[in-house]
Amino acid sequence: MSSVLYDTPGPRAKRRNVIYTVVFLAVLGLVAWWVLSAMAEKNQLAADKWTPFVTDSRVWTTYLLPGLMETLKAAALSILIALPLGALLGIGRLSDHRWVRVPAGTVVEFFRAIPVLLLMMFAAALYREFTTISSDFRPLYAVVTGLVLYNASVIAEVVRAGVLSLPRGQGDAAEALGMRKSQTMLYVLLPQAVTVMLPALVSQLVVIVKDTALGGAMLGFAELLSQNRQITANYGANTIATFTVIALIYIVINALLTHLAGRLERRMRRGKKSTSVTIPAQGAVTDVETMTVRGS
Amino acid sequence: MFDFLDSGQYDLLGAFWVTAKLALYSAIGSLIWGTALVGMRVSPVPMMRAFGTAYVNLVRNTPLTVVLVACSFVLNQTLRITLGGGRSEEIGFRLAVLGLVLYTGTFVCEALRSGINTVPPGQAEAARALGLSFTQVLTLVVFPQAFRAVVTPLANVLIALTKNTTVASAISAAEAALLMKEMVENEADALFAVFAVFAFGFILLTLPTGLFLGWAAKRLAVKR
Repeated sequence: MSSVLYDTPGPRAKRRNVIYTVVFLAVLGLVAWWVLSAMAEKNQLAADKWTPFVTDSRVWTTYLLPGLMETLKAAALSILIALPLGALLGIGRLSDHRWVRVPAGTVVEFFRAIPVLLLMMFAAALYREFTTISSDFRPLYAVVTGLVLYNASVIAEVVRAGVLSLPRGQGDAAEALGMRKSQTMLYVLLPQAVTVMLPALVSQLVVIVKDTALGGAMLGFAELLSQNRQITANYGANTIATFTVIALIYIVINALLTHLAGRLERRMRRGKKSTSVTIPAQGAVTDVETMTVRGS
Repeated sequence: MFDFLDSGQYDLLGAFWVTAKLALYSAIGSLIWGTALVGMRVSPVPMMRAFGTAYVNLVRNTPLTVVLVACSFVLNQTLRITLGGGRSEEIGFRLAVLGLVLYTGTFVCEALRSGINTVPPGQAEAARALGLSFTQVLTLVVFPQAFRAVVTPLANVLIALTKNTTVASAISAAEAALLMKEMVENEADALFAVFAVFAFGFILLTLPTGLFLGWAAKRLAVKR
Protein backbone atom coordinates (compact mmCIF):
# COMPACT_ATOMS: atom_id res chain seq x y z
CA MET A 1 0.00 0.00 0.00
CA SER A 2 1.34 3.42 -0.83
CA SER A 3 0.24 7.02 -0.37
CA VAL A 4 1.00 10.44 -1.82
CA LEU A 5 3.16 11.20 1.18
CA TYR A 6 5.78 8.49 0.65
CA ASP A 7 7.13 6.27 -2.11
CA THR A 8 6.40 2.58 -2.38
CA PRO A 9 9.05 1.21 0.00
CA GLY A 10 12.10 -0.27 -1.67
CA PRO A 11 14.41 -2.81 0.00
CA ARG A 12 16.10 -0.20 2.23
CA ALA A 13 12.87 1.50 3.23
CA LYS A 14 11.36 -1.91 3.98
CA ARG A 15 14.27 -2.72 6.29
CA ARG A 16 13.90 0.68 7.96
CA ASN A 17 10.17 0.15 8.41
CA VAL A 18 10.85 -3.17 10.13
CA ILE A 19 13.21 -1.39 12.53
CA TYR A 20 10.64 1.33 13.22
CA THR A 21 7.99 -1.32 13.81
CA VAL A 22 10.21 -3.17 16.26
CA VAL A 23 11.12 0.03 18.14
CA PHE A 24 7.48 1.14 18.23
CA LEU A 25 6.35 -2.26 19.47
CA ALA A 26 9.08 -2.18 22.11
CA VAL A 27 7.85 1.20 23.37
CA LEU A 28 4.25 -0.03 23.40
CA GLY A 29 5.37 -3.19 25.16
CA LEU A 30 7.23 -1.16 27.79
CA VAL A 31 4.15 0.95 28.47
CA ALA A 32 1.99 -2.18 28.62
CA TRP A 33 4.46 -3.88 30.94
CA TRP A 34 4.54 -0.83 33.21
CA VAL A 35 0.74 -0.64 33.30
CA LEU A 36 0.35 -4.37 33.92
CA SER A 37 2.97 -4.44 36.69
CA ALA A 38 1.33 -1.42 38.34
CA MET A 39 -2.00 -3.24 38.10
CA ALA A 40 -0.52 -6.46 39.45
CA GLU A 41 1.00 -4.58 42.36
CA LYS A 42 -2.43 -3.26 43.34
CA ASN A 43 -3.89 -6.72 42.79
CA GLN A 44 -6.09 -5.56 39.88
CA LEU A 45 -5.12 -8.43 37.60
CA ALA A 46 -6.53 -11.12 39.89
CA ALA A 47 -9.01 -13.31 38.05
CA ASP A 48 -11.81 -12.76 40.54
CA LYS A 49 -11.81 -9.05 39.66
CA TRP A 50 -12.56 -9.78 36.00
CA THR A 51 -14.55 -13.04 35.96
CA PRO A 52 -17.81 -11.59 37.39
CA PHE A 53 -18.40 -9.87 34.04
CA VAL A 54 -18.32 -13.25 32.31
CA THR A 55 -19.61 -15.74 34.85
CA ASP A 56 -21.98 -13.72 37.04
CA SER A 57 -24.99 -12.60 35.02
CA ARG A 58 -26.21 -10.51 37.97
CA VAL A 59 -23.57 -7.85 37.23
CA TRP A 60 -25.31 -7.35 33.94
CA THR A 61 -28.93 -7.70 35.00
CA THR A 62 -28.74 -5.62 38.19
CA TYR A 63 -26.20 -2.94 37.24
CA LEU A 64 -24.94 -2.65 33.70
CA LEU A 65 -28.09 -3.26 31.66
CA PRO A 66 -30.42 -1.09 33.79
CA GLY A 67 -27.76 1.63 33.64
CA LEU A 68 -27.51 1.24 29.89
CA MET A 69 -31.30 1.48 29.62
CA GLU A 70 -31.25 4.79 31.51
CA THR A 71 -28.49 6.08 29.22
CA LEU A 72 -30.42 5.11 26.10
CA LYS A 73 -33.68 6.44 27.53
CA ALA A 74 -32.16 9.85 28.23
CA ALA A 75 -30.49 9.92 24.80
CA ALA A 76 -33.68 8.89 22.97
CA LEU A 77 -35.85 11.41 24.83
CA SER A 78 -33.32 14.15 24.17
CA ILE A 79 -33.09 13.58 20.43
CA LEU A 80 -36.87 13.20 20.10
CA ILE A 81 -37.51 16.53 21.79
CA ALA A 82 -34.49 18.31 20.34
CA LEU A 83 -35.28 17.43 16.72
CA PRO A 84 -38.56 19.37 16.31
CA LEU A 85 -37.28 22.18 18.53
CA GLY A 86 -34.07 22.41 16.54
CA ALA A 87 -35.97 22.35 13.24
CA LEU A 88 -38.17 25.21 14.46
CA LEU A 89 -35.17 27.25 15.58
CA GLY A 90 -33.30 26.54 12.36
CA ILE A 91 -36.25 27.56 10.19
CA GLY A 92 -36.76 30.56 12.47
CA ARG A 93 -33.23 31.71 11.73
CA LEU A 94 -34.02 31.60 8.01
CA SER A 95 -37.20 33.63 8.40
CA ASP A 96 -37.78 36.79 6.39
CA HIS A 97 -39.03 38.57 9.50
CA ARG A 98 -36.45 40.22 11.70
CA TRP A 99 -38.49 39.67 14.85
CA VAL A 100 -38.36 35.91 14.30
CA ARG A 101 -34.83 35.67 12.91
CA VAL A 102 -33.04 37.64 15.60
CA PRO A 103 -34.53 35.94 18.69
CA ALA A 104 -34.04 32.49 17.12
CA GLY A 105 -30.44 33.37 16.32
CA THR A 106 -29.81 34.66 19.84
CA VAL A 107 -31.24 31.54 21.44
CA VAL A 108 -29.16 29.27 19.20
CA GLU A 109 -25.90 31.16 19.75
CA PHE A 110 -26.48 31.42 23.51
CA PHE A 111 -27.12 27.74 24.16
CA ARG A 112 -24.28 26.70 21.86
CA ALA A 113 -21.78 28.84 23.77
CA ILE A 114 -22.61 27.38 27.19
CA PRO A 115 -21.25 24.07 28.48
CA VAL A 116 -24.00 21.47 28.60
CA LEU A 117 -23.05 20.61 32.19
CA LEU A 118 -23.96 24.13 33.31
CA LEU A 119 -27.35 23.77 31.63
CA MET A 120 -27.92 20.43 33.37
CA MET A 121 -26.98 21.76 36.81
CA PHE A 122 -29.15 24.83 36.32
CA ALA A 123 -32.09 22.69 35.20
CA ALA A 124 -31.63 20.39 38.19
CA ALA A 125 -31.68 23.36 40.57
CA LEU A 126 -34.74 24.83 38.84
CA TYR A 127 -36.65 21.56 39.14
CA ARG A 128 -35.65 21.28 42.78
CA GLU A 129 -36.81 24.79 43.65
CA PHE A 130 -39.85 25.36 41.48
CA THR A 131 -41.43 21.98 40.68
CA THR A 132 -42.75 19.02 42.56
CA ILE A 133 -40.98 16.41 40.43
CA SER A 134 -39.85 13.70 42.82
CA SER A 135 -36.15 13.48 43.46
CA ASP A 136 -36.04 10.05 41.78
CA PHE A 137 -36.86 11.53 38.40
CA ARG A 138 -35.22 14.93 38.80
CA PRO A 139 -31.79 13.83 37.45
CA LEU A 140 -33.39 12.37 34.31
CA TYR A 141 -35.42 15.54 33.74
CA ALA A 142 -32.36 17.72 34.30
CA VAL A 143 -30.14 15.67 31.97
CA VAL A 144 -32.76 15.64 29.22
CA THR A 145 -33.42 19.38 29.62
CA GLY A 146 -29.74 20.25 29.36
CA LEU A 147 -29.22 17.96 26.38
CA VAL A 148 -32.34 19.25 24.60
CA LEU A 149 -31.38 22.92 24.98
CA TYR A 150 -27.85 22.34 23.75
CA ASN A 151 -28.59 19.89 20.98
CA ALA A 152 -31.63 21.75 19.69
CA SER A 153 -29.37 24.70 18.95
CA VAL A 154 -26.79 22.46 17.30
CA ILE A 155 -29.52 20.80 15.22
CA ALA A 156 -30.85 24.26 14.33
CA GLU A 157 -27.51 25.05 12.72
CA VAL A 158 -27.52 21.69 10.91
CA VAL A 159 -31.02 22.35 9.58
CA ARG A 160 -30.05 25.86 8.48
CA ALA A 161 -26.95 24.60 6.71
CA GLY A 162 -28.99 21.81 5.10
CA VAL A 163 -31.63 24.19 3.74
CA LEU A 164 -29.02 26.70 2.57
CA SER A 165 -27.09 23.95 0.78
CA LEU A 166 -30.02 23.28 -1.57
CA PRO A 167 -29.85 24.87 -5.03
CA ARG A 168 -31.59 28.24 -5.23
CA GLY A 169 -33.76 26.94 -8.05
CA GLN A 170 -35.70 24.71 -5.63
CA GLY A 171 -37.09 27.63 -3.68
CA ASP A 172 -37.56 29.77 -6.80
CA ALA A 173 -39.47 27.01 -8.58
CA ALA A 174 -41.77 26.52 -5.60
CA GLU A 175 -42.40 30.25 -5.51
CA ALA A 176 -43.12 30.29 -9.24
CA LEU A 177 -45.71 27.57 -8.68
CA GLY A 178 -47.46 29.98 -6.31
CA MET A 179 -46.61 28.16 -3.08
CA ARG A 180 -46.66 30.06 0.19
CA LYS A 181 -43.41 30.43 2.10
CA SER A 182 -44.55 27.84 4.65
CA GLN A 183 -45.50 25.44 1.85
CA THR A 184 -42.15 25.95 0.12
CA MET A 185 -40.35 25.14 3.37
CA LEU A 186 -42.56 22.22 4.37
CA TYR A 187 -43.04 20.47 1.02
CA VAL A 188 -39.95 21.42 -0.99
CA LEU A 189 -36.96 22.53 1.05
CA LEU A 190 -37.24 20.61 4.31
CA PRO A 191 -37.74 17.11 2.83
CA GLN A 192 -34.63 17.54 0.70
CA ALA A 193 -32.66 19.08 3.54
CA VAL A 194 -33.52 16.20 5.86
CA THR A 195 -31.84 13.65 3.63
CA VAL A 196 -28.78 15.89 3.40
CA MET A 197 -28.72 16.30 7.19
CA LEU A 198 -29.22 12.69 8.15
CA PRO A 199 -25.53 11.74 8.64
CA ALA A 200 -24.90 14.87 10.72
CA LEU A 201 -27.94 14.09 12.86
CA VAL A 202 -26.80 10.52 13.53
CA SER A 203 -23.35 11.83 14.49
CA GLN A 204 -25.05 14.22 16.90
CA LEU A 205 -26.65 11.19 18.53
CA VAL A 206 -23.15 10.00 19.44
CA VAL A 207 -22.52 13.33 21.19
CA ILE A 208 -25.81 12.96 23.07
CA VAL A 209 -25.04 9.41 24.23
CA LYS A 210 -21.63 10.56 25.45
CA ASP A 211 -23.05 13.59 27.27
CA THR A 212 -25.55 11.53 29.27
CA ALA A 213 -22.56 10.33 31.30
CA LEU A 214 -22.28 13.86 32.73
CA GLY A 215 -25.55 13.32 34.55
CA GLY A 216 -24.16 10.18 36.14
CA ALA A 217 -21.02 11.89 37.39
CA MET A 218 -22.48 15.19 38.58
CA LEU A 219 -26.23 14.88 39.15
CA GLY A 220 -26.68 11.39 40.51
CA PHE A 221 -28.43 10.12 37.39
CA ALA A 222 -28.37 6.31 37.55
CA GLU A 223 -26.97 5.78 34.04
CA LEU A 224 -24.25 3.43 32.83
CA LEU A 225 -21.18 5.25 34.16
CA SER A 226 -22.63 5.76 37.64
CA GLN A 227 -23.01 1.98 38.01
CA ASN A 228 -19.25 1.72 38.58
CA ARG A 229 -19.70 2.64 42.24
CA GLN A 230 -22.13 -0.19 42.98
CA ILE A 231 -20.13 -2.72 41.00
CA THR A 232 -16.80 -1.87 42.62
CA ALA A 233 -18.48 -1.89 46.02
CA ASN A 234 -20.05 -5.33 45.52
CA TYR A 235 -17.35 -7.14 43.59
CA GLY A 236 -14.22 -6.34 45.58
CA ALA A 237 -12.87 -3.01 44.29
CA ASN A 238 -12.42 -4.19 40.69
CA THR A 239 -12.13 -0.59 39.50
CA ILE A 240 -10.07 -1.22 36.39
CA ALA A 241 -12.15 -4.15 35.19
CA THR A 242 -15.36 -2.19 35.72
CA PHE A 243 -14.16 0.89 33.87
CA THR A 244 -12.88 -1.26 31.01
CA VAL A 245 -16.26 -2.93 30.58
CA ILE A 246 -18.23 0.33 30.88
CA ALA A 247 -15.97 2.11 28.38
CA LEU A 248 -16.28 -0.82 25.97
CA ILE A 249 -20.08 -0.66 26.10
CA TYR A 250 -20.00 3.04 25.22
CA ILE A 251 -17.47 2.41 22.46
CA VAL A 252 -19.56 -0.34 20.87
CA ILE A 253 -22.74 1.77 20.87
CA ASN A 254 -21.02 4.87 19.53
CA ALA A 255 -19.01 2.94 16.95
CA LEU A 256 -22.27 1.43 15.65
CA LEU A 257 -23.83 4.89 15.40
CA THR A 258 -20.74 6.32 13.67
CA HIS A 259 -20.77 3.39 11.26
CA LEU A 260 -24.44 4.03 10.50
CA ALA A 261 -23.72 7.73 9.86
CA GLY A 262 -20.89 6.81 7.50
CA ARG A 263 -23.08 4.38 5.59
CA LEU A 264 -25.87 6.93 5.23
CA GLU A 265 -23.36 9.47 3.96
CA ARG A 266 -21.85 7.10 1.41
CA ARG A 267 -25.28 6.08 0.19
CA MET A 268 -26.23 9.71 -0.19
CA ARG A 269 -23.06 10.51 -2.09
CA ARG A 270 -23.77 7.64 -4.49
CA GLY A 271 -27.34 8.83 -5.01
CA LYS A 272 -26.09 12.37 -5.61
CA LYS A 273 -24.67 11.48 -9.02
CA SER A 274 -28.05 11.98 -10.66
CA THR A 275 -28.73 15.46 -9.26
CA SER A 276 -26.63 18.58 -9.27
CA VAL A 277 -26.52 18.96 -5.49
CA THR A 278 -23.24 18.42 -3.72
CA ILE A 279 -23.17 19.05 -0.01
CA PRO A 280 -20.07 18.87 2.12
CA ALA A 281 -20.73 16.67 5.13
CA GLN A 282 -21.34 18.70 8.28
CA GLY A 283 -18.11 18.71 10.24
CA ALA A 284 -17.30 15.26 8.96
CA VAL A 285 -13.74 14.47 8.12
CA THR A 286 -12.99 13.61 4.52
CA ASP A 287 -11.64 10.12 4.37
CA VAL A 288 -7.93 9.66 3.91
CA GLU A 289 -8.58 6.68 1.65
CA THR A 290 -9.17 8.97 -1.34
CA MET A 291 -5.61 10.15 -0.94
CA THR A 292 -4.23 6.66 -0.67
CA VAL A 293 -6.07 5.63 -3.82
CA ARG A 294 -4.80 8.66 -5.67
CA GLY A 295 -1.23 7.75 -4.82
CA SER A 296 -1.30 4.11 -5.74
CA MET B 1 -29.88 40.22 43.09
CA PHE B 2 -26.17 39.86 42.45
CA ASP B 3 -25.18 40.56 46.06
CA PHE B 4 -23.74 37.05 46.44
CA LEU B 5 -20.83 38.37 44.38
CA ASP B 6 -19.89 40.87 47.07
CA SER B 7 -20.08 38.48 50.01
CA GLY B 8 -16.50 37.36 49.46
CA GLN B 9 -17.63 33.80 50.08
CA TYR B 10 -17.02 32.67 46.51
CA ASP B 11 -13.80 33.03 44.53
CA LEU B 12 -15.43 33.51 41.14
CA LEU B 13 -12.40 34.92 39.35
CA GLY B 14 -10.18 32.23 40.84
CA ALA B 15 -12.51 29.50 39.55
CA PHE B 16 -12.58 30.95 36.05
CA TRP B 17 -8.81 31.37 36.19
CA VAL B 18 -8.52 27.62 36.85
CA THR B 19 -10.89 26.98 33.92
CA ALA B 20 -8.75 29.15 31.66
CA LYS B 21 -5.55 27.41 32.81
CA LEU B 22 -7.13 23.98 32.28
CA ALA B 23 -8.15 25.00 28.77
CA LEU B 24 -4.74 26.48 27.93
CA TYR B 25 -2.61 23.57 29.21
CA SER B 26 -4.93 21.01 27.64
CA ALA B 27 -4.94 22.91 24.35
CA ILE B 28 -1.16 22.92 24.14
CA GLY B 29 -0.95 19.27 25.17
CA SER B 30 -3.65 18.07 22.78
CA LEU B 31 -2.12 20.02 19.90
CA ILE B 32 1.15 18.14 20.43
CA TRP B 33 -0.49 14.76 21.03
CA GLY B 34 -2.89 15.25 18.11
CA THR B 35 0.00 16.09 15.76
CA ALA B 36 1.88 13.01 16.90
CA LEU B 37 -1.25 10.90 16.35
CA VAL B 38 -1.82 12.22 12.82
CA GLY B 39 1.85 11.61 12.08
CA MET B 40 1.30 7.98 13.06
CA ARG B 41 -1.95 7.71 11.11
CA VAL B 42 -0.35 8.72 7.80
CA SER B 43 3.08 7.15 8.39
CA PRO B 44 4.58 4.44 6.16
CA VAL B 45 4.89 2.07 9.13
CA PRO B 46 1.74 -0.14 9.21
CA MET B 47 2.07 -0.80 12.96
CA MET B 48 1.94 2.93 13.76
CA ARG B 49 -0.99 3.44 11.38
CA ALA B 50 -2.89 0.66 13.11
CA PHE B 51 -2.14 2.07 16.55
CA GLY B 52 -3.19 5.61 15.54
CA THR B 53 -6.44 4.42 13.98
CA ALA B 54 -7.31 2.17 16.91
CA TYR B 55 -6.50 4.85 19.50
CA VAL B 56 -8.56 7.54 17.75
CA ASN B 57 -11.57 5.28 17.22
CA LEU B 58 -11.55 3.97 20.78
CA VAL B 59 -11.01 7.25 22.62
CA ARG B 60 -13.28 9.34 20.39
CA ASN B 61 -16.18 7.01 21.13
CA THR B 62 -15.65 7.08 24.89
CA PRO B 63 -17.47 9.84 26.79
CA LEU B 64 -15.07 12.46 28.17
CA THR B 65 -16.72 11.98 31.55
CA VAL B 66 -15.67 8.32 31.52
CA VAL B 67 -12.10 9.27 30.55
CA LEU B 68 -11.80 11.81 33.35
CA VAL B 69 -13.54 9.77 36.04
CA ALA B 70 -11.35 6.81 35.05
CA CYS B 71 -8.27 9.04 35.37
CA SER B 72 -9.33 9.77 38.93
CA PHE B 73 -10.59 6.35 40.01
CA VAL B 74 -8.14 4.15 38.11
CA LEU B 75 -4.93 6.19 37.94
CA ASN B 76 -5.20 8.04 41.21
CA GLN B 77 -7.28 6.02 43.62
CA THR B 78 -6.30 2.54 42.44
CA LEU B 79 -2.80 2.86 41.02
CA ARG B 80 -1.87 5.78 43.34
CA ILE B 81 -0.53 7.99 40.56
CA THR B 82 -0.48 11.63 41.67
CA LEU B 83 1.47 13.24 38.79
CA GLY B 84 3.49 15.10 41.43
CA GLY B 85 0.47 16.89 42.84
CA GLY B 86 0.05 17.27 46.60
CA ARG B 87 -3.43 18.50 47.54
CA SER B 88 -6.45 16.68 46.15
CA GLU B 89 -7.59 19.55 43.92
CA GLU B 90 -4.07 19.89 42.55
CA ILE B 91 -4.06 16.19 41.68
CA GLY B 92 -7.54 16.61 40.21
CA PHE B 93 -6.30 19.48 38.06
CA ARG B 94 -3.32 17.56 36.69
CA LEU B 95 -5.37 14.42 36.03
CA ALA B 96 -7.97 16.59 34.29
CA VAL B 97 -5.31 18.05 32.00
CA LEU B 98 -4.07 14.53 31.24
CA GLY B 99 -7.59 13.26 30.48
CA LEU B 100 -8.48 16.29 28.37
CA VAL B 101 -5.26 15.92 26.36
CA LEU B 102 -5.85 12.19 25.76
CA TYR B 103 -9.44 12.89 24.64
CA THR B 104 -9.03 16.15 22.70
CA GLY B 105 -5.92 14.87 20.90
CA THR B 106 -8.16 12.57 18.84
CA PHE B 107 -10.22 15.51 17.59
CA VAL B 108 -7.08 17.51 16.79
CA CYS B 109 -5.81 14.45 14.90
CA GLU B 110 -8.99 14.16 12.84
CA ALA B 111 -9.00 17.91 12.06
CA LEU B 112 -5.37 17.79 10.93
CA ARG B 113 -5.99 14.68 8.84
CA SER B 114 -8.75 16.50 6.97
CA GLY B 115 -6.29 19.38 6.56
CA ILE B 116 -3.70 17.10 5.01
CA ASN B 117 -6.32 16.14 2.43
CA THR B 118 -6.75 19.77 1.40
CA VAL B 119 -3.10 19.98 0.37
CA PRO B 120 -2.96 19.27 -3.37
CA PRO B 121 -1.25 15.91 -4.08
CA GLY B 122 1.13 17.73 -6.43
CA GLN B 123 2.77 19.36 -3.42
CA ALA B 124 3.69 16.06 -1.82
CA GLU B 125 4.62 14.55 -5.19
CA ALA B 126 6.92 17.46 -5.97
CA ALA B 127 8.52 17.12 -2.54
CA ARG B 128 9.07 13.40 -3.12
CA ALA B 129 10.48 14.08 -6.57
CA LEU B 130 13.05 16.34 -4.89
CA GLY B 131 14.09 13.34 -2.83
CA LEU B 132 12.67 14.44 0.53
CA SER B 133 12.06 11.70 3.07
CA PHE B 134 8.63 11.06 4.61
CA THR B 135 9.44 13.14 7.69
CA GLN B 136 10.68 15.99 5.51
CA VAL B 137 7.65 15.82 3.22
CA LEU B 138 5.40 15.97 6.25
CA THR B 139 7.16 18.64 8.33
CA LEU B 140 8.48 20.92 5.58
CA VAL B 141 5.78 20.75 2.91
CA VAL B 142 2.49 19.20 4.02
CA PHE B 143 2.01 20.24 7.68
CA PRO B 144 2.72 23.97 7.17
CA GLN B 145 -0.03 24.09 4.55
CA ALA B 146 -2.35 21.74 6.39
CA PHE B 147 -2.16 23.75 9.64
CA ARG B 148 -3.15 26.92 7.82
CA ALA B 149 -6.15 25.16 6.30
CA VAL B 150 -7.46 23.82 9.60
CA VAL B 151 -7.44 26.95 11.77
CA THR B 152 -11.25 27.01 11.75
CA PRO B 153 -11.75 23.33 12.69
CA LEU B 154 -9.03 23.66 15.33
CA ALA B 155 -10.75 26.77 16.69
CA ASN B 156 -13.95 24.73 17.02
CA VAL B 157 -11.99 22.03 18.85
CA LEU B 158 -10.53 24.67 21.18
CA ILE B 159 -13.96 26.13 21.95
CA ALA B 160 -15.35 22.65 22.60
CA LEU B 161 -12.33 22.02 24.84
CA THR B 162 -13.00 25.19 26.83
CA LYS B 163 -16.57 24.03 27.41
CA ASN B 164 -15.38 20.50 28.18
CA THR B 165 -13.18 21.73 31.04
CA THR B 166 -16.40 21.83 33.10
CA VAL B 167 -16.34 18.02 33.14
CA ALA B 168 -13.21 18.29 35.31
CA SER B 169 -15.54 19.24 38.16
CA ALA B 170 -16.44 15.54 38.28
CA ILE B 171 -12.96 14.84 39.63
CA SER B 172 -12.93 17.87 41.95
CA ALA B 173 -10.70 20.21 40.02
CA ALA B 174 -11.62 23.59 41.51
CA GLU B 175 -12.92 25.17 38.30
CA ALA B 176 -16.01 27.15 37.40
CA ALA B 177 -18.57 24.33 37.16
CA LEU B 178 -17.65 23.01 40.61
CA LEU B 179 -18.16 26.48 42.09
CA MET B 180 -21.48 26.75 40.27
CA LYS B 181 -22.60 23.42 41.73
CA GLU B 182 -21.85 24.76 45.19
CA MET B 183 -23.56 28.07 44.48
CA VAL B 184 -26.80 26.68 43.04
CA GLU B 185 -27.15 24.75 46.28
CA ASN B 186 -26.36 27.65 48.63
CA GLU B 187 -27.91 30.54 46.73
CA ALA B 188 -31.21 28.93 45.79
CA ASP B 189 -33.02 32.29 45.87
CA ALA B 190 -30.68 33.77 43.25
CA LEU B 191 -30.58 30.81 40.85
CA PHE B 192 -31.05 32.84 37.69
CA ALA B 193 -28.39 35.35 38.68
CA VAL B 194 -25.91 32.55 39.43
CA PHE B 195 -26.60 30.90 36.09
CA ALA B 196 -26.34 34.25 34.27
CA VAL B 197 -22.94 34.96 35.84
CA PHE B 198 -21.49 31.58 34.84
CA ALA B 199 -23.04 31.65 31.38
CA PHE B 200 -21.59 35.12 30.87
CA GLY B 201 -18.19 33.89 32.05
CA PHE B 202 -18.12 31.10 29.48
CA ILE B 203 -19.36 33.34 26.69
CA LEU B 204 -16.55 35.72 27.64
CA LEU B 205 -14.05 32.87 27.36
CA THR B 206 -15.28 31.35 24.10
CA LEU B 207 -16.50 34.34 22.08
CA PRO B 208 -13.17 36.22 21.74
CA THR B 209 -11.39 32.93 20.95
CA GLY B 210 -13.87 32.24 18.16
CA LEU B 211 -13.70 35.77 16.76
CA PHE B 212 -9.90 35.96 16.90
CA LEU B 213 -9.35 32.55 15.36
CA GLY B 214 -11.98 33.26 12.71
CA TRP B 215 -10.01 36.36 11.76
CA ALA B 216 -6.76 34.38 11.87
CA ALA B 217 -8.24 31.65 9.68
CA LYS B 218 -9.07 34.18 6.97
CA ARG B 219 -5.59 35.73 7.11
CA LEU B 220 -3.73 32.43 7.18
CA ALA B 221 -5.74 30.54 4.57
CA VAL B 222 -3.64 29.40 1.63
CA LYS B 223 -4.85 31.25 -1.45
CA ARG B 224 -5.25 28.71 -4.20
